[in-house]
Amino acid sequence: MTLVVEQLLNGVQLGVMLFLLAAGLTLVFGVMGIINLAHGSLYMIGAYAAAIVAERSGSTALALVAGLGAAAAFGVLVEIAVLRRLYARDHLDQVLATFALILFVNQATAMLFGRQPIFVAVPSLLQGSIEPIPGLTYPVFRIAVIVVGIVVAIGLYVLINKTRIGMLVRAGATHRQMVRALGVDVRLLFTAVFGLGALLAGLAGVMAGPILAVQVGMGEQILILTFVVMVIGGVGSVRGALLGALMVGIVDTLMRAFMPGLLRGLMAGADADALAAGLSSMGIYLLMAIVLLVRPRGLFPAHA
Amino acid sequence: MKRSILLSALISGLGLTTPTLAQSPIKIGMITTLSGPGGYLGQDVRDGFKLAIENGKLGGVPVELLVEDDGLKPGQGKQIAEKFMKTDGIKIFTGIIFSNVLGAAVPDIVDNGALYLSANAAPSAFAGKECHGNYFVISWQNDSLHESAGQNATNLGYKKAFILAPNYPAGKDALTGFKRYFKGSIVGEIYTRLDQTDFAAELAQVRAAAPDVVFQFHPGGLGIAFLRQYQQAGLLGKIPMVVAAPSLDAVTLAAVGDAADGLSVTSHWNSDFDNPANRKFMTAWSKAYNRSATYYASQGYDTALAIAAALTATGGKADPKSLGAALRNADFQSVRGKFRFGPNQHPVQDWYSLKVEKGADGKLTLNTKGTVLKDHGDAYATQCKM
Repeated sequence: MTLVVEQLLNGVQLGVMLFLLAAGLTLVFGVMGIINLAHGSLYMIGAYAAAIVAERSGSTALALVAGLGAAAAFGVLVEIAVLRRLYARDHLDQVLATFALILFVNQATAMLFGRQPIFVAVPSLLQGSIEPIPGLTYPVFRIAVIVVGIVVAIGLYVLINKTRIGMLVRAGATHRQMVRALGVDVRLLFTAVFGLGALLAGLAGVMAGPILAVQVGMGEQILILTFVVMVIGGVGSVRGALLGALMVGIVDTLMRAFMPGLLRGLMAGADADALAAGLSSMGIYLLMAIVLLVRPRGLFPAHA
Repeated sequence: MKRSILLSALISGLGLTTPTLAQSPIKIGMITTLSGPGGYLGQDVRDGFKLAIENGKLGGVPVELLVEDDGLKPGQGKQIAEKFMKTDGIKIFTGIIFSNVLGAAVPDIVDNGALYLSANAAPSAFAGKECHGNYFVISWQNDSLHESAGQNATNLGYKKAFILAPNYPAGKDALTGFKRYFKGSIVGEIYTRLDQTDFAAELAQVRAAAPDVVFQFHPGGLGIAFLRQYQQAGLLGKIPMVVAAPSLDAVTLAAVGDAADGLSVTSHWNSDFDNPANRKFMTAWSKAYNRSATYYASQGYDTALAIAAALTATGGKADPKSLGAALRNADFQSVRGKFRFGPNQHPVQDWYSLKVEKGADGKLTLNTKGTVLKDHGDAYATQCKM
């Protein structure tokens, strides 16, 4: 039983990381109509900036500020320098340009910091593990990740549903032409939305540092999962991104955790392991296929 | 007089040199992984190889090294191989890091009569029945890396092991190799994904199975994530871990911090080996590059030494037939010490146990402790009929 609870926590934690990335991606696509492949690069920039500042200064707070700041600043820069020219173009041009950005950022990072992965210490406050229920020890850092994810989800909900900016974002996602016609500075809105998306990606990057390997190409590893989340949740919907991310995180984790055991009851050990490994890597794509079969535009499509 | 010098300079400038003026360099094609998370592996093989080239020469013969990045994509590796053969007329290849890329590119290379010298990957598929006279492995056969870890776990007296590796050819070779030499029982066996970053689900299963020892094969960045999460899950120090060299090299050691403390590693090379070839290599490496030498670097260096020795033996003749015959003798001083080829042209070498320990300065280092396997070849050599 504790194993199931622990695996569920693991699933939620993976889901939270995916949500932070997918929320930005889906907002940018929903409001601006841009497919941004370079979203993973923003995540990597956040991770690198935090890692380097943490190493130099030893301060977690400074590292957090640096990671968020660097990702957001780079996001705004990219929006102004590159993406602004692409809003009127079709998706293929956007994909090409943002793919080029991935290559550019990866190569620049390799030149500046080398190809060797860098070490990020777990902040001293969040080291060790606790026992939330008897018999289950869980790393404090992972619990912190879950808490941050919940706070961000609530914050985004308030921002989008209760504030004026959120109203513009919602309006922009559904009636872009009308918003423009009413005299809203759409350019500024777009820059703000892109910056916010970059900020969230940077936050995911900062939190990934102590758990994963901070290295060139780390963004592309998680980008595909992020797109799966966005498609499942419905393009443009933050609520969909949250639900989709949690579904993907939990399904992926539980399949990995329990598939071999289930199959081993049915067939020989080696076959069961091989089949389970195959099935669990297909799991989230099966989930995506099923969701799209039932709801072709995702769970909560913004442009319904 | 002046005119003829000018003319010859012009001709050589155009690459139309005649043998009497200067020998045109022998081209060596290196297909390797330089981008993405596996990028530092290819970078070290490349830089190790370059280190052995003295004034543009290997074994006194001018060589030209052409390097291209396969991006860990089998299809791209195959394309580069075709381009190198067709447009550049290259007959000597090396450099592939990952077994899946090697599987796609090498059949084309050897079937076209060119030589391939592996400086890293060596999947079981090419070591047995499918062995080839033009295919040499300088590094190790995939399984044997992990056979050494299996033997090490047996030597250390562990009875119940939990084993994990990514679901790709080298991952399967790893678990097969470990099981071949581990005498205890396997209480859990998991194939992870090659693009996996979060291992929490697997670690929970490890904890639930309560084994004596964990064996895992996760090269490069995967290994960093695995070790750090192992520590964060509170398993480090509770359940000991044995690994083979790819799961803990000098780079990952620096990136995981305390999470590697006390790990048992097995390897065919370590930076502290005390032999003349290795001393020379380590001195040259620290002079040329501002980073730790990994065993990938040592393999790149050894590969270049093997080519140099063969070129010296043939007197500069680089056609695959004579060069292949000279290579088979493996007449070079490897940085690992003893080295010879088995019947399938894979190495027969010693394997050592290493331990991660805190040095006087508090930094973790890999120290050589003893020999695990002596004159060890691989399990597939007997199936090879050349």
